[in-house]
Formats: sequence, C-alpha cells, structure tokens
Amino acid sequence: MFLINCPYCGERDQQEFKAGGEAHIERPKQPTELSDDEWAEYLFMRKNIKGIQFERWNHAHGCRKWFNMVRDTSNDQIKAIYKMGEKPPSQ
Amino acid sequence: MTENLRVKSSEYIDETNRISFKFNGKTYHGFKGDTLASALLANNVHLVGRSFKYHRPRGIMTSGSEEPNAIVQVNPGTNRTEPNVRATELEIYEGLEASSQNCWPSVEFDIGGINNFLSPFFPAGFYYKTFMWPASFWEKYEFFIRHSAGLGKSPTSNDPDIYDHQNIHCDVLVVGAGISGILAAKNAAKNNFKTLLVDEKNELGGSTIFENNEFNKIDNKTPSEWLKKEIEELKNIKYLEIKTRTSVAAYHQYNYLLARENLTDHLEEKDKTNKIRQRLLKIRAKKVILATGALERPLIFNNNDRPGIMLSSAVKKYSEFYGVACGSKNVFFTNNDSAYESAMSLYNKGINVEAIIDIREQSESKIVKKLKEAGIKIYWSHSIVDTTGYKRLNSISIMKLSNDGASVTGSKIFISCDCLGVAGGWTPAVHLYTQSGSKLKFDEERQIFLPNQNTSEQISVGSCGGDFKIDEILKNLNQKLKDTLNINDTDLDSIKVEIDQENSKRNIWLLPSDKPLGKTKPFVDYQNDATAKDIKLALREGFRSIEHVKRYTTTGMGTDQGKLGNMHALGIIADTAGVKMGELGTTTFRPPYTPLTFGTIVGRNVGKFFDIFRRTPMNDWHVENEAEFENVGQWKRAWYYPINGETMYQAVQRESKAARESAGILDASTLGKIDIQGSDASEFLNRVYTNAWSKLAIGKCRYGLMLNEDGMVYDDGVTTRLGENHYLMTTTTGGAANVLGKLEDYLQTEWPELDVYLTSVTDHYATASLCGPNSKKIIKKIIPDLDLSDENFPHMSFKEAKIGNIQCRIMRISFTGEHSYEINVQASYGKDLWEKCLEAGKEFNITPYGTETMHLLRAEKGFIIVGQDTDGTMTPIDLQMDWIVSKKKYDFIGKRSLYRSDTMKEDRKQLVGLLTEDPNVILEEGAQIVSELNQSPVEMLGHVTSSYFSPNLNKSIALAVVRGGKDMMGKQLFVPMENKNINVTVANPVFYDEKNERLNA
Repeated sequence: MFLINCPYCGERDQQEFKAGGEAHIERPKQPTELSDDEWAEYLFMRKNIKGIQFERWNHAHGCRKWFNMVRDTSNDQIKAIYKMGEKPPSQ
Repeated sequence: MTENLRVKSSEYIDETNRISFKFNGKTYHGFKGDTLASALLANNVHLVGRSFKYHRPRGIMTSGSEEPNAIVQVNPGTNRTEPNVRATELEIYEGLEASSQNCWPSVEFDIGGINNFLSPFFPAGFYYKTFMWPASFWEKYEFFIRHSAGLGKSPTSNDPDIYDHQNIHCDVLVVGAGISGILAAKNAAKNNFKTLLVDEKNELGGSTIFENNEFNKIDNKTPSEWLKKEIEELKNIKYLEIKTRTSVAAYHQYNYLLARENLTDHLEEKDKTNKIRQRLLKIRAKKVILATGALERPLIFNNNDRPGIMLSSAVKKYSEFYGVACGSKNVFFTNNDSAYESAMSLYNKGINVEAIIDIREQSESKIVKKLKEAGIKIYWSHSIVDTTGYKRLNSISIMKLSNDGASVTGSKIFISCDCLGVAGGWTPAVHLYTQSGSKLKFDEERQIFLPNQNTSEQISVGSCGGDFKIDEILKNLNQKLKDTLNINDTDLDSIKVEIDQENSKRNIWLLPSDKPLGKTKPFVDYQNDATAKDIKLALREGFRSIEHVKRYTTTGMGTDQGKLGNMHALGIIADTAGVKMGELGTTTFRPPYTPLTFGTIVGRNVGKFFDIFRRTPMNDWHVENEAEFENVGQWKRAWYYPINGETMYQAVQRESKAARESAGILDASTLGKIDIQGSDASEFLNRVYTNAWSKLAIGKCRYGLMLNEDGMVYDDGVTTRLGENHYLMTTTTGGAANVLGKLEDYLQTEWPELDVYLTSVTDHYATASLCGPNSKKIIKKIIPDLDLSDENFPHMSFKEAKIGNIQCRIMRISFTGEHSYEINVQASYGKDLWEKCLEAGKEFNITPYGTETMHLLRAEKGFIIVGQDTDGTMTPIDLQMDWIVSKKKYDFIGKRSLYRSDTMKEDRKQLVGLLTEDPNVILEEGAQIVSELNQSPVEMLGHVTSSYFSPNLNKSIALAVVRGGKDMMGKQLFVPMENKNINVTVANPVFYDEKNERLNA
C-alpha cells in the first residue's frame, strides 16, 4: 500500500487515490485530421514498462485533483510527484 | 496417562488458579498461564494429531507460532469453532474444548493410518500422476479427493463475535519483544519517538526471559533477571505503547503493516460476549525495527517425526517457562551448543537427561564441560539413524558419523528415551523483512539467510539480523539504533556482558542412516508429510526451480508455511543439485505470517455494513408503503409497490397503466446531478456531449448523449440551462460518480484553459417525477400561480417556483412519453413534496410507480437505458440515434472514433424493436437471436436487451441488439429457448405514440 504525497493535500494512503494510466499522452488538437492509425495510436496504445514509468494519478477520495507520478514499476518506489502541466523531472 | 509432569516452579504459571479443559473429549487440568500444549505435556500427552498424508501420529514439536503438528480444532461443533489453531499458542481457559484434526475415528486409532504403510505408493506428485487418466474421470476422483483433503472444519453457523479495524500511525514500530525489541523500543520512546511495540505472545521477553544460564551475565545478573528489570522500566515511558498477543501478519511497502491483536481468545466463554475478539491493526510507521528473533531448526534424520521428538529450545521453554518436563528420559540431538543449554535447564530442575548426541567432534565451552562433569553421557560425532515408538518415542539408535558426514559406521547403540530434543541451529525469522520487498543474502559460513538490501526505512536487530550471542546483539543493536534514530547515546553504552557462547556448528542438511534413503522417512515438512526422499525424487524428475519443487512436493505449503523445514529443503536441493544455496534463492514468503481469521480481515464490514448504501429523502414513505427495493449502484430504489399481495408482474402492469391513463409519480432523486458553472460552461458541454449546446436558451432543457473517446455511449441525461453561465446536468443513477470523474479529468488535464467548475449536487436535491395526462392538473393544485400553458412552460423547459414557502425547480421533461414534470426541492423537503403530490393527486388516482414501471414505460417509447440496452460497444449510430450526433461541431469526446473503419461497418449490432408472433409470449432478457434454426454452429446475431408485456399496447415488446438490424425491418428471426423456438419480427423500437403527441396532451 503506497504512501502518496498528493501535491495539494500531503501524504495520504493509496486507498484514497485512483491510478489513471500512462501520463503525457496529449489528446490530439485536431482529431479529424488524423488517419485511423494515428488516432488508434492515441486511443489504444499504452506502454507497460518494467522500470521508470510516468503515470497519472487522481486523489479521487480527497481533493479530486489529478497529478503526475514517476514510479519504478519494478519495486514500486515513487521517484517524483508533480502537478498537471508541470514539466516532468529529467530522467 | 494422567501423571503430572509439572516441576517446580515457574513464575509465569499461577498454580493457585487451576483450569479444567477438554481435549478429545477427556477432561484435563492445567494452570493459568499454560498454553494447550504446555498443559497437555504436563499431563504427559504428546500424541495430539495425525499428519496430513500418511496419518502418522504426531506430537507437539515447538513452543510457538512455527508449530507444524500440534494444530487443533477449538470448540468443535459450536459457532465459535476454529480449525488449525496452534496448541502452542492457544492459552487455556476454563471450559476450553479442543480436538485433534485429520483423524478418524480418533487420534489414538486412525483408519487413515493405513496410508503410512502404503506410503511407497504415495510419492511426490502422486495426485498429478495418478488422477490424470482417463481425463473424463476427474469429476469422480475429485469427489473423493475433496472429502479426504483439508485439515480442520470451518464453522457452519454465523460467527457470534465482533471484529474491528484500527489505523495506527507511529514514528517507530518494533516487531517482537525479545531482548532486542524491548531495548530498541525503550530507547526510541525515551528519545521522544512515538513508539509501538508488538509481540505475538502474552508475555514480553522472548526467549531471554527464561535464559538462566549461569555462564551468561548482563551487568552481573542472569539475562532473565536483567531483562525483567528492563521490562519493569517500560511501564513509565511516555511515548511507548505495548501490544501483546499481537502478531504482525503482513509487511507491505512504505512501512504499511497489518497486525492482528487478539483480545478475547484467552478468555472464558462468558467473558467473550459483546467484546471485540480480534482487531486488525493497520499500521503506518515512519521506521520499522524488526526484532522477530530466530526459529530453531530441527535435524533431518530417519523417523524424525514421532511424538516426543521436539525442538531442543521447546524442551527448554516448557521446563523453564511453563515448569513442565516433556519426558522422564530425555535425550538431546544437536549440531551446536544450544542443546546443552536445554540439557542444563533440565539438569538444574532435577529432570533426567540420559544422553546428548552431538554430530560435532567436540566443543570446549563451559556449559559442555559442566554437563560432562555432571555425568551426562555425550556421544560426539554420532548421528541418530532410526527411532522407534508409534504413538510415543521409546528409543533411538545411533551410529558413528563418518568424517565427511555422508555415512555412518560402526555398531549401532540403542538408547531408551521418551523425549528427544533436537537442535539444528537457528534460522533468522526474515519472513516480514522479505515481505517488505527487501532482499536477503546467504551467509555461506553460517548457512543462514540474512537481511541485505533494505527498501524501506527499516532495520533488523537481534537474531533476525544474524546476531545470536548476547554481546553481539547488544553491541550491534546499540550502533543500529544510533544510526537509524539519529541519536548520540543510548542505555546500552554502559552495559557489561560476560558470555560463554560458542558458535561452532556442524551443518548437515540430511543426516545419513544405515539404511538406504528409499527405506527411510526423514521428514522435512512435518505438516504436509514431505520427506527428503520426495525432494530428491522431484529433482530426479527434472524440477530445478525451488518454487517448482515446493509446489510439486508441497514442502512448505501447510498452515505453518514451512517455518521449520524450508531451510532444509533448500539445503537438500542445493546439495543434490550441486549448487550453492545463495544461488538457489528462497521461495517467496507471503503474508500472512500466521493465519488470520476471516472475521479479522472483514472487521465491521459484515451484515448491513457489508457495503454502504444510499437512501433517498422519500425512502421512509416507500418503506411505510411496503415497496420492494432494488439496488442501483449503491442506491436503494423503490422497485414496485405491490398492493394486496400482488406479484411483481401484476403491480407493474397496474402502475404502468395508471401512469398513462391518469397520473403516476416516481422518486427520481437518485439521478446524478452535476452543477456546472463558469464562463466556458457552454463550450465545455459542446465538447463533452455529441450534440450542440451553444444555442440552448436560458430556461430550456436538452437531452445529451456522452461518449467515451472510443465512440461508445457512456452516459445520457437532460441538462438544463439555469443561467448564462450556469447549467444543471443530470446523469444516470449508476454513472454519476464516474461521469463527474471523467469530466474533471478532461477539465484538469486536457482543457485547463476552460473556466468551468463542477460540483456534485446529487444529494442536495430530492426529485419527484410526475407524469400522465392529469399531471398538469395536479401541479396546478400545488402551485396555483404558475402559468402551465404550453406557451409559457413548453416541453423541455424549466421554471423556478414555490410550493408554499419551499423553493423548487420544475423541469418539464419526460422519460415516459407522457406530459410530465420533474420537481426538485432541497433534499430535506423531499418527503414533504412527495406527500403533497400524492395528496393533490388523490382525486386522479395518482399511482406511485417504481423503477420497473419506469423501465417498461420508457421501453414502450424506445428510450434506451445506458448499461441495459448498451454495454460499452454501442455507438449512437448503432442505437439509431444519428439525430443527436452533431455534424457541424468540429470535435467532441469520441467524435473521431465514429469514423473509424470498425465503427462504420454496416453489420455492427444495432438497436431494434422485436415483436413476438404470439403477443402473449414475453422474451427473456439476454436471450440469443438467430436467423437460421437448422444451422450448426448457428450464427448468433445478437440478444434481447429489454423485454416487457405492455399493458398499454396489450402485447409483449422487446428491445434487442441485432447484427445489421437496421436493415432488417419486418424480417422474421428466431429466439431459440430451451424448450421452444420463439418467432419474432424486427420492428421499430418506438412502440407507443410514435408522433410524441402525448407529451402535450
């Protein structure tokens, strides 16, 4: 059970949070201009990395804010947490 | 068998407090402070159970939670019965009953014992090899296997006890209250760290508390005397909390630990009532100090499982702590000095020690010399090759061990004995350490796994960290505490220690016998009857991974999880395969460390607290009027209102007719309501709904369909424009929370530039939905001054009004196709509103209707229910709702996906109406639809999603999804059922009032 440092509320138990999948996948600004393949790339394709992964998390049972997390999936160490819109820490 | 083996005397046993208990139906006596095991041993009862596979008689092996054999059924036949309880942990109380498991008809005479003689036919993998053929017989085998499998019996009636959960946050959690744990907790708390010390036993002090070896001294006192003084001092430390009878079950990441605190298991039946039995502690600690100690290893030799064969440390604990002699003729078998301490303890209490068999060549410590001088015979370089005694050990035979330890030589010596204490060295209890994700390393010299790489803020101190001698323990503990707590000095700086402990040890994982291995029974896992033979067989059959060998032989898979034998299994594999133990690794230690009851796991979440539920403000009225309820998400919704013993069908038919003929009223409070405000609110709705919103006038309502980004229908509902920058969105009952979450997600992550604020107001308003041709008259009665003309208050519009003094919002919207109004008031006035409507509607025979009638009425109109007629694979086009998808808007959630090659296929499943040839036949929801009856395999075109008998049309109607259904209008299809095929015709899904004339009726 992780201890997650919500950037708005501080350290809280994992059960207050919801994982939201891979981070930094921006919704295309002009979807109609994309081919089926390009749209499918956005819609379906997600990485499943063993190691450092950038993820979205939501403090669902708290402030309801979304934020980003860098997590090592091999040992579940949380490397960094930063707000939406902020630059990811350099790798 | 009732002789008393109690020896004088122990301060932990209250001999003035005599307790009677029953074991296997016979009454015995013990004292306050006894465990079931110590009390049985005092009554000279060693035979307590039968082994799992061969039904061999088994006795008490240990004195703690690692016990593999002495597991009993407590209070059999009652609703408090519990299987697999370790007799070594069970504290006795007046009236306790316990019985042996896995034996029939009794532990003394067990029919299953025949398996022991058939054992050559039950090698490792017996079940896998035997019950494979013929495959079709598995079901027959399974019946018998299931009946002979399992140990104890689970209770058959409800658990009468209360369980609880508690969250605990602390600076330092110390697990284990032996000497290391006590000193660690004391120093942490004294330095103002909020500290919690837990121990699975009822007394603090671990094994040091009965350590009276005269050759070991701390500050000139025996370790036991010194530690008692330390324990006394714990009482007055401010930041220290101590919990005994508390076993840490799991150590998760980020120092999150689960522990079970046992509160009433040691109390008499009458004192258990209305008390919390066990509490699950959910502990989040900044730092964890593991002081879990070490478990003594047995030795693996031929017939090493007879009742009377115990761990040497257990023999010592029973003598020193419980004041019980485990036998009258005691022998020890050892590879290190530990057995001598046990022998010394017996000797000092005047208990007969016949001999000590030591596989080492010699030892020069003081304690060995003293025992030698006392005249106790020591056989150096000898090993036990066999034992005898079926239900109780009566002799051992020993032979000289060869220099390489691989064989025995010379002549056999027989020694008569009734108790054998076995000492195979110590295994650090690193179970919790590895559960936390931290990694071990193997110490080749000492043949033990030790903590190596910590992944969280933790230290391992004392013997679980590899320090076995008191001087090492104190020295290393001191340094580790200073480092980890960041303190300069401790209590331990000035302690003086004298010791006479020697580490010499000769490690042989599998001891040889004069017989070939195939003719011997050297047990590695006592509970699951896995022998060294089985492990070697697995290796011969090609298993290499320790995880595979474990599962094939079932080594370490009992309720004790192989706490005693796992190391030997690893050792035997390593020796046989010729690899190093360090390279082999260990099997994974999984939680829980000791078994948890289901009660502890679920805590208070039982019965009506199993899952939370939500009730509407009108709920009391529904209950008073005997509504039947259905669960919708977490809501309890009125389903239908039976009158005079009506069936559901009869009630729904009546309600449906009344709603169309005169007036009906529905509690719609559960619909999700989201308040949307901000200068970009209109733009936001444009992006999340498929249709256009910019031109919706203030005071008007519009139906919207929301898609997922993959183009599939996600939710629907009516949204009302309350003001220039203010909307009220309604969602489906079940989808409310998810819709809000999804909208927040887009707002925060994709469109942060939009000025929009979302607030859930579902619980703020109560909603009564009034429908039918007389609904207008009823509203007129309640709110006489509101102009209800179609010009002032047309369909799909909204008005603010007052019912008396109560402010309300009225939407003229309809889910039934009738002229109808949805009245929203502040939740606390909900019941009042409901009753006012009923009162006003009396003269029109206003009929309350539930969700089932609502479903029927909307199905007559062909309105979909998201989640019933859709399943996450339906686009609006599939639903024949093209009209709601804006062609003009550049983008909305899911738009691009509507033009993917897959979503544009002509033969997707599409929503259609179905009419049965016989109008009285009602289709089953979920029934499959086909176009051919004589085809095999037959292509399934789709299925029925909604089906009812319509009282207003006097025929059955159904909605269905059918492959290519849009182009099948009028076509005949079939619904094959178990006993008959039903002929159906594809129809327009709008069955009733196709022109929507009733909306303004």
